[in-house]
Amino acid sequence: MSMTFDDGTFIRNEMAPVLPPPKLRIGPVAWMRENLFSGIFNTLLTLLGILLVISVVPPFVRFMFIDAVWTGENREACLGPDVGACWPFIHAKFGQLIYGFYPISERWRVDIVFALGAVLLVPLLVPSLPFKRTGSLLFFVVYPVVAFVLLTGGNINASAFLLERFGLIRPFVGDAQLGGINLAFWVDFGLTTLLFMAAIGGFIALLGGNGRSAARTTLFVFLALGAVIFCWDADVGLSYVETRQWGGLLVTLVIAVTGIVASLPLGILLALGRRSQMPVVRLLSVIFIEFWRGVPLITVLFFATYMLPLFLPQGTNPDALLRALVGVALFSAAYMAEVVRGGLQAIPKGQYEGAMAVGLTWSQMMRLIVLPQALTLVIPGIVNSFISLFKDTTLVLIVSIFDFLGQLRAAFTDPNWATPVTLYTGFAFAGVVYFFFCFGMSRYSLFVERRLNTSHRH
Amino acid sequence: MTDLAGPAGGHEKTTFINDPKVRSIGLQLVALIVVIFLGWSFAENARDNLAAQKIATGFGFLDNTAGFGINQTLIPYSETSTYGRAFIVGLLNTILVAVVGIFIATIIGFLVGIGRLSKNFMVRTISTVYVEVLRNLPPLFQILFWYLAVLSAMPGPRNSISVFGEIFISNRGIIIPRPLFGEGAGIVVWAIGLAILGVILFRHWAASRQEETGRRLPVLWVSLCVLIGLPLAAMIATGFPISFEVPELKGFNFVGGVRVIPEFVALTLALATYTAAFIAENVRAGIQSVSHGQTEAAHSLGLRHGQTLRLVVIPQAMRVIIPPLTSQYLNLTKNSSLAVGIGYPDLVAVFAGTSLNQTGQAIEIIAITMGVYLLLSIITAIIMNAYNKRVALVER
Amino acid sequence: MTRCRKFSAACELPFLSPVPSRTVAAETSAPIRMKKAAIMKRLLSTFALAGAMGLCAFGAQAATKLEQVKSKGFVQCGVSQGLPGFSNPNDKGEWSGLDVEFCRAVAAAIFGDATKVKFTPLSAKDRFTALQSGDIDILSRNTTWTITRDTSLGLNFTGVTYYDGQGFMIRKDKKVNSALELSGASVCTQTGTTTEQNLADYFRANNMTYEVIAFATNDEVVKAYDAGRCDVLTTDRSGLAGERLKLTNPDDHVVLPEIISKEPLGPVVAHGDDQWFDIVKWVLFAQLNAEELGVNSKNVDDQLKNATNPEIKRLLGTEGKYGEGMGIGNDWGYLIIKNVGNYAEMYDRTVGPDTPLKLSRGLNALWNKGGIQYAPPIR
Repeated sequence: MSMTFDDGTFIRNEMAPVLPPPKLRIGPVAWMRENLFSGIFNTLLTLLGILLVISVVPPFVRFMFIDAVWTGENREACLGPDVGACWPFIHAKFGQLIYGFYPISERWRVDIVFALGAVLLVPLLVPSLPFKRTGSLLFFVVYPVVAFVLLTGGNINASAFLLERFGLIRPFVGDAQLGGINLAFWVDFGLTTLLFMAAIGGFIALLGGNGRSAARTTLFVFLALGAVIFCWDADVGLSYVETRQWGGLLVTLVIAVTGIVASLPLGILLALGRRSQMPVVRLLSVIFIEFWRGVPLITVLFFATYMLPLFLPQGTNPDALLRALVGVALFSAAYMAEVVRGGLQAIPKGQYEGAMAVGLTWSQMMRLIVLPQALTLVIPGIVNSFISLFKDTTLVLIVSIFDFLGQLRAAFTDPNWATPVTLYTGFAFAGVVYFFFCFGMSRYSLFVERRLNTSHRH
Repeated sequence: MTDLAGPAGGHEKTTFINDPKVRSIGLQLVALIVVIFLGWSFAENARDNLAAQKIATGFGFLDNTAGFGINQTLIPYSETSTYGRAFIVGLLNTILVAVVGIFIATIIGFLVGIGRLSKNFMVRTISTVYVEVLRNLPPLFQILFWYLAVLSAMPGPRNSISVFGEIFISNRGIIIPRPLFGEGAGIVVWAIGLAILGVILFRHWAASRQEETGRRLPVLWVSLCVLIGLPLAAMIATGFPISFEVPELKGFNFVGGVRVIPEFVALTLALATYTAAFIAENVRAGIQSVSHGQTEAAHSLGLRHGQTLRLVVIPQAMRVIIPPLTSQYLNLTKNSSLAVGIGYPDLVAVFAGTSLNQTGQAIEIIAITMGVYLLLSIITAIIMNAYNKRVALVER
Repeated sequence: MTRCRKFSAACELPFLSPVPSRTVAAETSAPIRMKKAAIMKRLLSTFALAGAMGLCAFGAQAATKLEQVKSKGFVQCGVSQGLPGFSNPNDKGEWSGLDVEFCRAVAAAIFGDATKVKFTPLSAKDRFTALQSGDIDILSRNTTWTITRDTSLGLNFTGVTYYDGQGFMIRKDKKVNSALELSGASVCTQTGTTTEQNLADYFRANNMTYEVIAFATNDEVVKAYDAGRCDVLTTDRSGLAGERLKLTNPDDHVVLPEIISKEPLGPVVAHGDDQWFDIVKWVLFAQLNAEELGVNSKNVDDQLKNATNPEIKRLLGTEGKYGEGMGIGNDWGYLIIKNVGNYAEMYDRTVGPDTPLKLSRGLNALWNKGGIQYAPPIR
């Protein structure tokens, strides 16, 4: 490569004309050659694929829209030959599919709960919006309390529990009520708080710890508990709607949201327990996790719904929906624990050692260093667990709780709507609803994954 | 416990509660006590409740006569059999769904997973749509759909769809001819076994020979010849002892032949296609984990696309694929309990359903049922871990 | 009444306390060990006690069923998931049917208000477990009285609200006139019912083959039969009359004449509370006696004032104190008849000839009218 020129060297003075790209490399034809017909085998596959699409898509569209019946009062409207989806059926059953047997005059409460949930959730999901901390506090703590009051009507009739046993409360207060609130309960609650503060504080102090701070923590816990109970106990003037009347999408969402809210903290605790240095704690966590992961959810629900009462003292009778909720939450917590454990294991040892070296306690280390990184790593896994939890809610129909799918199946047996297309219409509608929720969640998880990836890119 | 006051000033101030060892032992003791106390009070309550309601206890009921029929039994069973027998029938039905489902799911899963990475736009799109739709719909929804929607589209037994007049498809299931073994059929069966064994040995030998000499033998053609030729020769020699009992319509149903009940078909297909969507994603992730250099190197050695995939990429991808595959297989097995939603007589339906209802012994029956699933999970996990180890060892 | 069952047992817990104190103390120096161990022992005992009391608060007391029902203010009644004529919800979730009315009668006897009852829809499979666990107070869900259920399931049958028998329903176009022609048929039934076992017995006794397809809920059975999965649907004949209404074309189906079993259907309560057993038992007897005496919801107020027949007076509580024996008001009979009606009224409203089910009284007529419904006297 000589850098010298002599006179005989030809130097072009103007740009060479731009040649058109090779014909067979661009344009739709070339794209098709490349992607669809690049060989005999590929062409065959493409043709097969086209055949498949033609045999599925047009009939589907015809069924859903073109041949569909849109108006009608009963099955007569959908009985003709070659009719598509019978949408009046969905219209007639819509109330049941969404609310179950929730009293019609009270359904506005459910609507408010839905709307409130959406309003609180959206700011949490959009990463660029501020006030994440306040937002999550509102959604994960305040919202469930409010939703409970709205859906059930609150006014849970709390009554004295501990000191009542010794006949200590009733002589002083009797059955005095104040705005639907049982005074005896609150006197009892206050005294119990003091008792616990004294006991825990004394115990810690005795062992050489900071008794006063322990007592303060106890007080805060009881205050928070008291605030929640107060909200549930206060008579806000809403009529009581028992959970047996709930149904449809309402139950599906209640189970899913409760499961999600409860399974994450439980799962984190279990994962920490499984990674703990303490053999007993580790063993218990492993047994718990592997037990729930090893059995089908149906047997768990069956256990929770029909056997749990045998294990509780006679006469104790937790609500049927509550029992199913507990079953679902424990079940999904075990799966969540494994997801979180994956994240914990991915954190390099140096992070732990570094945290310890700067003198953080175990809880500080976990709270400030390890968990934030670990949880971020496994967000896709967490969302995947949420999706399977959402899909698993359908199983409650086997223990006679009528969720969305359960209501749909019940609607199938209504002779007023018995037509050849009723089944397909119902399945099409339910399919769209389930797909909307699950696919939405999975897209969101991808979005978060990609966003987090960019921040790590070098 | 919330004492975060920082390190203690001197040794005298290092108190009891701040000693990590003491804390750890204390915490573990508390955990243990709580668990023992809960377990003990559960047991106590259960005992009281059962006594108060005079519910029988113990496992003696397993020897009592069940008295109900089951419409798919892999072992002889009648109404006079015991609950213990019914339990085994249910268990075998569960295992049947699991095995067939896993087989189909693996095939579909691998095809779709590879399809998602195909260069062919059509194949890629269809595979993606398949995965996204199926894994975002609840399995129970899919089972009910397959059962109710497909069942109601099928004709009755009198108008059943006939395939060559041998196989009949109707809303009573799929009825296929049943092989009848005459005299000398044993020899034919032996011949088939021998042929399979021979082919396996031959392939083994051919492979080692190729490694030594580099010469390739026509494995496929030889195998096919042996597989067809040997049994055929045995059949001719013994005078065709195997005949087929063709099902025929008598009265309400088909008589003769082997019937695959629609509940089984719906459950297996629904679970297989559902699980296949997840397997496809695992396969895709596994293949993507094999670095592109491997593919390029294989291409530059002159391997064709299919060979590259079969000989280079998939063996390496398997290491990544196997662990999640295990949990998918387990999921399928556990999801087979959804059979109770469509009346397929699996373990949960037969044992935790009918038997529990007739005997009322909820605790024993639920415990056995949960125990069986736990055991199935553990066995699958052990087998898969062993395989995983074997595959992992190949790594250099 | 307030008896803490957990208490006595939990109080034994402090025996565990020396264990932690000893283990913990081993880590410290000898002189302070004694003192600390002693204090800790005391403290831990207190704790265990407090914990036990907390659990007591969590668990309720073993009050009688009647007290429980009164304190919660309603009767929890287990019914079917939808069987027209017996227990069936409409689109708004309001229940109707014979079994439902009976629960209302029990509520009326206790509270004087037939609306103080809540219904739990149960599948056949789940019904007994729900009763055993105390989830429901009464099971009124077309349940057949058998010796196994009565004795070894921990249940008490309180009477028979409907005498029934198992039958078969089949499509008319199959052209079958007798159940004896059903050999080889596929039969749909519900799991956990006596029907399942009767079916097996009947086909075996008549040397016929069959295929059984058992579903967990009624709805599934009906849907599968309607879809043609099976040729025959079998259940109690009253049930068949109800299920038929759910089919796409009820007129295409016919109920075969054979009755293959005895199915006395009645309300059930759990073992262990005789008072509650008595109440539920006598509510039905009161309704039957009322029919026999010609007392119904329309003339009951009149009878209350003007009746001279001592039997009527005893029934309505103007003579004698029969409610006291059961722990409820003496006007219990009046309240039942006033709020719900006598047996005939209940029957005619829900399953009788003027309802879509069109079931004649048959066996369920009173004993003096050709049936076998017979109630012990109130005296």
